[in-house]
Amino acid sequence: MSSTATRRGAGERRGPGRGPIGRGLRRGGGGVPLPLLLPALVGLVFLLLPLLALLIRAPWRGLPHQLSSPAVWQALRLSLETATCATAVSLVLGVPMAWLLARTSFPGRRLVRALVTLPLVLPPVVGGVALLLALGRNGVVGRWLDSAFGITLPFTTAGVVVAEAFVAMPFLVISVEGTLRAADTRYEEAAATLGASRFTAFRRVTLPMIAPGVAAGAVLAWARALGEFGATITFAGSFPGRTQTMPLAVYLALQDDPAAAVSLSLVLLAVSVAVLAGLRDRWTGAAAP
Amino acid sequence: MTGEPPGLDARLVVEREAFRLDVRLRVAPGEVLALLGPNGAGKTTALRALAGLTPLTGGGLRLDGVPLEEPERRWRVAPEHRPVGVIFQDYLLFPHLSALDNVAFGPRCQGVPKAQARARAAELLARMGLSDRAGAKPRRLSGGQAQRVALARALATGPRLLLLDEPLAALDARARLDVRAELRRHLAAFEAVAVLVTHDPLDAMVLADRLVVIEQGTVVQEGTPAEIARRPRTDYIARLVGLNLYQGRAEGHLVTVGPELALTTTEKLTGPAFVAFPPSAVTLHRERPDSSARNAWRAVITGMESHGDQIRVALTGEPGGLPLAADLTTVAVAELGLESGAQVWATVKAAQTHAYPA
Repeated sequence: MSSTATRRGAGERRGPGRGPIGRGLRRGGGGVPLPLLLPALVGLVFLLLPLLALLIRAPWRGLPHQLSSPAVWQALRLSLETATCATAVSLVLGVPMAWLLARTSFPGRRLVRALVTLPLVLPPVVGGVALLLALGRNGVVGRWLDSAFGITLPFTTAGVVVAEAFVAMPFLVISVEGTLRAADTRYEEAAATLGASRFTAFRRVTLPMIAPGVAAGAVLAWARALGEFGATITFAGSFPGRTQTMPLAVYLALQDDPAAAVSLSLVLLAVSVAVLAGLRDRWTGAAAP
Repeated sequence: MTGEPPGLDARLVVEREAFRLDVRLRVAPGEVLALLGPNGAGKTTALRALAGLTPLTGGGLRLDGVPLEEPERRWRVAPEHRPVGVIFQDYLLFPHLSALDNVAFGPRCQGVPKAQARARAAELLARMGLSDRAGAKPRRLSGGQAQRVALARALATGPRLLLLDEPLAALDARARLDVRAELRRHLAAFEAVAVLVTHDPLDAMVLADRLVVIEQGTVVQEGTPAEIARRPRTDYIARLVGLNLYQGRAEGHLVTVGPELALTTTEKLTGPAFVAFPPSAVTLHRERPDSSARNAWRAVITGMESHGDQIRVALTGEPGGLPLAADLTTVAVAELGLESGAQVWATVKAAQTHAYPA
């Protein structure tokens, strides 16, 4: 759901003059063919039914009591903070990476691109294990971090951010790289003829022009980080208040208090929808002439 | 600086698969040079090479005696370090910046403090008569206003070489007229070298002091607008300036231009020569004109279209297949009963031809 919303946002931005999407089915030239309409409707039901079930079975009456528990707010706050930090890390490292992939050519660029996007298809649990091997107390780099700086990442809040960024950054890189490739490089040339270095051109011309694409990528990464489960539980564990994010809390609650799990899920759903809706409105507001 | 003459001195060689550009350009400060040529002739490549956006593969480029690019020495000044201003075909104003900040962009990149850069930009916009549009984003500007902002932006860095790529192509016919006159004023006031690229002969003739005509990557003719309009040397230029052009061998007043066609001209020449005459100098006849008409030959009508209050008749000469354009009044076309495929006789008076050495 989150990804459809952001993709649309990016699409609208990139195609000025295109009418608003979502006006409903356009019956151009003789209606919608049944072989397309039927699967589409089934797909729609398939996507919406679980959400509907969540709303139907929610313990609405017990909800205030469930949500008054400080543990819920603790987990929610941790989730929002770590997802935002992970998005910030992804932006700082991912946007330059996307620029390098889109604007330069170096030997092995295609390979690098494939490796960067590997976490997209890697099962997050495997990512968590890999992170442990790299940054764990006895990991390839982690051992050195520990001995030289006394920094340990696993089972800390910072570890949650690391795990989330590892999984979420590829979304941002792919999204921003696509936007950069679609952007008109002649504006960068125009900036160069006005005396701008490549970095100045990037900072003052390219970046503002691709800002909607970067925002779309950031939201995609943020949503992915907010929902991150596998890599987080593997690399950072599930300590309430420290590394137990909402998805972990939901999963653990489901085992001994299903009603609490549903309440937590509702909160997570509400937050996701609220944030995405808020951002979408801002983009479409900016896109309207 | 050296004792070399100021201005632009370039031999632009850009070799690509299936294309080679090789043009020699010398332009003095204060002079406006137009590169004129059909699409794909290499005009834009030449302009990009001057700006440093397309690397030269040969030749070299000096501006006011300073070498900007010498491929043989592997010397190349990056575009951002060249004292060059460019006005791109669709202006490429930065859409997220106001007109003022677009103009201030160049000075800012040169390290001018923000307030000072904006003051300079405001002054330039005022000179363009755009003070009231300073805060507008590019998409709110009309074509003519955007063009002036682009000119102000290019001038803001104090360039020694101003490049204009099809400066009027993005405008509609109405705006073109005003903007062309205005651009001419600004270019006349510009003290350094200006090079503009266009495929429109009118733009070139109005805006430029000198034309360089490029076809297929090489210079085919060079001169003042008047010279080129009077003595075209290729079919492309002849078509642009609206003349019939034949190439042949001259002996005295006679220029042999085809297997069975020799035209009598007023000029007396020997050797390879061109003969040019306007379509209005051509008369068409149904029957063979009497023997006193000397420049007469058979032709077949291949097309007709209205051209102002005249009708432009396209013909192919027989034999030899030399193309010919003739301008006739509507009345004449009706009286002669002309139609596509009709066989006619064409005549041209010697006094209306112009012969010059090839």
